[in-house]
Amino acid sequence: MEWQDEGYVLASRPHGEAASIVSLLTSQNGRFSGLVHGGQSRRQRAALQVGNKVTAVWRARLDEHLGKYSIELESSTIAQLLGEPGKLLALSSASELVEAVIPERDPCPNLYRSFSALLGSFDGEYWAATYVYWELHLLTDIGFGLDLSECAGTGVTEDLVFVSPKSGKAVSRQAGEPYKDKLLTLPAFLKGTSGAQVSGKDLADGLLLTGYFLQKCVFQPRQKKLPDSRVRLAGKLSMNN
Amino acid sequence: MNSIDKLIHLLARLPGLGPRSARRVALFLIKKHESLLVPLREALGEISNSIKNCEVCGNVDTNSPCQICCDAKRNSNQLCVLEEVADLWAMERTTAFKGRYHVLGGRLSAIDGIGPGDLNIEKLIERVKDREITEIILATNLTVDGETTAHYITDCLSASNVKITRLAHGVPVGGELDFLDDGTLTAALKARRQVNSQL
Repeated sequence: MEWQDEGYVLASRPHGEAASIVSLLTSQNGRFSGLVHGGQSRRQRAALQVGNKVTAVWRARLDEHLGKYSIELESSTIAQLLGEPGKLLALSSASELVEAVIPERDPCPNLYRSFSALLGSFDGEYWAATYVYWELHLLTDIGFGLDLSECAGTGVTEDLVFVSPKSGKAVSRQAGEPYKDKLLTLPAFLKGTSGAQVSGKDLADGLLLTGYFLQKCVFQPRQKKLPDSRVRLAGKLSMNN
Repeated sequence: MNSIDKLIHLLARLPGLGPRSARRVALFLIKKHESLLVPLREALGEISNSIKNCEVCGNVDTNSPCQICCDAKRNSNQLCVLEEVADLWAMERTTAFKGRYHVLGGRLSAIDGIGPGDLNIEKLIERVKDREITEIILATNLTVDGETTAHYITDCLSASNVKITRLAHGVPVGGELDFLDDGTLTAALKARRQVNSQL
């Protein structure tokens, strides 16, 4: 068995004295792990940093084997994120979420594209909004997508400002007003109505929304918590609110 | 298992040694009984009885506080924060730093399940309350986890009035640009500094 693909490094774990087991999010093969001989060496370590884009060749005698990777660095992400704590947390959080949530060897080209777009957004100033969008995409990709197109109660498509924590559907201002303490806030930018203007409160509300459903649908059934970096990212963006 | 097999088995667990090299080392030790095996046994016994983690900085030494923490000639105003004891030894080899150290004992890593509570961060915050310290040098590794740890510590210490600095990243001494990876070059470009033409 052999394939060549491009991908992003999600995690690199030491194996023995010199090798590493590397998990990649690849464009055609999904999340895929393999052994990298000499992965802990000075030369290879730099290429195996989380978020780096690499070209990988995976080889194994049988499909079910762990297999061995030959990895070549395409572009380094961490060098661009030095001194950018928010972006660094977003990168860690996204990588850890994919590592925790996406099943191995299940092709997910949509998620690959959205992950790639997220990393591309770190060059600009709207990376935090892109991150919230990305988490929404992640929920959709794993089968827990939110329906933000119309009100769950009345079916109207205007003035949607809440989300039901039970159904994951949008709720209009009028229908949700009596229950607003129990509903989650739907930030305007997630409806695509506020243009490029995204406030700190919008971002905090967006992360609260996606975080709630990630916890409820994905982590709670596995008796786990959201990754630390995700919690710290939400805290950091809330502080800037 | 006789004692020689046991020795080979234990030696094979050392980093860099497999069963074959462990047999060579064991034979060598047996041949050099008086000059190597006996002193090694004594040194190992001494170390196993007296080694401890420094209660102040987290370094390993036979005394607590360690030699570095007890050295009155060192600059108590500067505190260098490191991930591991091996990093402290690397810094000491340079002889360029004369301040004091704080070893975290790892770095934040959700993948490995290491959170702030697993690291020596609370003690660092306690140390920084000491008014003697005016500068914290964050010397964690340039990895995503290392950088995240550095930012976390910066957040924790933001309320204190100490100056927080980070080790520079860039072209290594003797390095040629042609052979550097893109990441290192990007980091070097970001950390560029003005050239001073004055003497």
